[in-house]
Amino acid sequence: MAVTDSPPSEPEAPPKVRAGRAPGRLGNRVFQGISTASGIFILVILAAVAIFLLVRAWPAVTAAPSAFEDVGFMLGRDLWSWVWPLLFGTAISSVIALVVAVPLSIGIGLFISHYAPRRLAQGLGYLIDLLAAIPSVIFGLWGIQWLQPLVSPLFTWLSTNPATAWLEENVGPTIFSGYQAPARNILTAGLVLAIMVLPIITATVREVFLQTPRLHEEASLALGATRWEMIRQAVLPFGRSGVISATMLGLGRALGETMAVLMVLSPGYLINFFLLQPGQHQSIAANIASHFPEASGIGVDALIASGLILFVMTFGVNLVARWIIARRAEFSGAN
Amino acid sequence: MSKRIDVNDLNVYYGDFLAVEGVNMVIEARSVTALIGPSGCGKSTFLRTLNRMHEVIPKAYVTGKAVMDGQDLYGPGVDPVEVRRQVGMVFQRPNPFPTMSIADNVLAGVRLNNRRISRSDATDLVERSLTGANLWNEVKDRLDRPGSSLSGGQQQRLCIARAIAVEPQVLLMDEPCSALDPISTLAIEDLIAELKNNYTIVIVTHNMQQAARVSDRTGFFNIAGTGKPGHLIEMDDTTTMFSTPSVKATEDYISGRFG
Repeated sequence: MAVTDSPPSEPEAPPKVRAGRAPGRLGNRVFQGISTASGIFILVILAAVAIFLLVRAWPAVTAAPSAFEDVGFMLGRDLWSWVWPLLFGTAISSVIALVVAVPLSIGIGLFISHYAPRRLAQGLGYLIDLLAAIPSVIFGLWGIQWLQPLVSPLFTWLSTNPATAWLEENVGPTIFSGYQAPARNILTAGLVLAIMVLPIITATVREVFLQTPRLHEEASLALGATRWEMIRQAVLPFGRSGVISATMLGLGRALGETMAVLMVLSPGYLINFFLLQPGQHQSIAANIASHFPEASGIGVDALIASGLILFVMTFGVNLVARWIIARRAEFSGAN
Repeated sequence: MSKRIDVNDLNVYYGDFLAVEGVNMVIEARSVTALIGPSGCGKSTFLRTLNRMHEVIPKAYVTGKAVMDGQDLYGPGVDPVEVRRQVGMVFQRPNPFPTMSIADNVLAGVRLNNRRISRSDATDLVERSLTGANLWNEVKDRLDRPGSSLSGGQQQRLCIARAIAVEPQVLLMDEPCSALDPISTLAIEDLIAELKNNYTIVIVTHNMQQAARVSDRTGFFNIAGTGKPGHLIEMDDTTTMFSTPSVKATEDYISGRFG
């Protein structure tokens, strides 16, 4: 409109709605195409992996038990009695990792969100995130070279202390019985896994704790709560489902971790709870990695079948985690 | 079980910033004291110094004295946690704990500091506190339901029940009705009139009619400009403040000419 007010010496056409092809339409289309294709691509990849696993595992799943007699690494077992101990080993190493990592992560998350001065908290947050960037083979080396000698005296004590000895004599073997150095057992592997899942759990719980409404924290403090009581009354209940989903995310990572377990653990194919004995357990992922190069024929199919089981397991764990996170979204609006 | 507070030359700082300057005030026991003034004048900040809740913000501190029946709230070795047990607080927005039941919300303060309470005592206390907050008849059939299932006005009365369950000496209210509808507001105002018999009450409000209705004494805070500290301009009996205030600014504010 300013054009009409300007002196007539500057004849300038008022802006019109441009006719013809709309500007930017091509750009819109290209971008829409790229983002849609990316979204579909992810689904295709997921489906391709699932189909590959199903198709390649099928011969092993349907084969007669006798078909596996020639497969050396299966020790003459049929598919299911071979997979069960591996599934057990995967689960127990992950459970150990979570038992250690979850309380530690909650502690670190609370320290960062509610105790540490702001600058220290920020630095510590970055440091924890950096842990996630370390390749797992480095964790494996670290586990062998540094952690194993360090925990060996502790394991020796756990295995030989009077309480364990008394229980062995009067009740039976305990989970700490029969430690043999070096510490290439499931507990060491679980500890290495714990360090590896620490970053993702810590990052998630820290965010959840930071989201605690200030109103609830102040409500608690105004009643005369100490800081720890405020955390128990306002922060932890508010963050409970967040902690659960963080645990699930950590579990998903621990289940699939290969390299660190492969390097640290001396494998075995048994189902028992002797955490300190070598040659008792093995995880599915590490087992695939160690036997795939030498496998042939039905042996390859059997390994892929175990991979399928691991896939279903991690997929299920992640689904549950997502479900809990989604459920929580409804509650956060209720405040 | 109510005490008076003598505030003497109180300054509130946020780091280097002087937020409220030179407040002298007597808050009588078993009375309602209203604090009014335009937004940002420091009345809420001052209110929070009475139970040391301003210390939640890093680098906030106070100089001067606030003495409750002879005990300096800012004396050496005085724990803010102990101060807050004596001086309860109700906030602008109702804030019951969403994860707790109605009964557990009432008992939240009582269960702090490792105090144990027997089941029958707890039941009695829940009934007494909810009755004291005029909420008992509305919720007695659903004490195990979450506190967030109540209406806004009921939630605010639940917060008052939670505050009086620990039997404080003083009750601070920071705009307790500003998030409520007129009927709930009326319920809270009636409640304040009853609570006055047992507690010393200090209420911050933007609603001048509310100040005139519920309070015995009124203090007017004002601020010279952005970035300047807030001051207590005038304090007097509520009837005097709303009829013949001695300061021009008070009259202008009350009659709606600014703020």
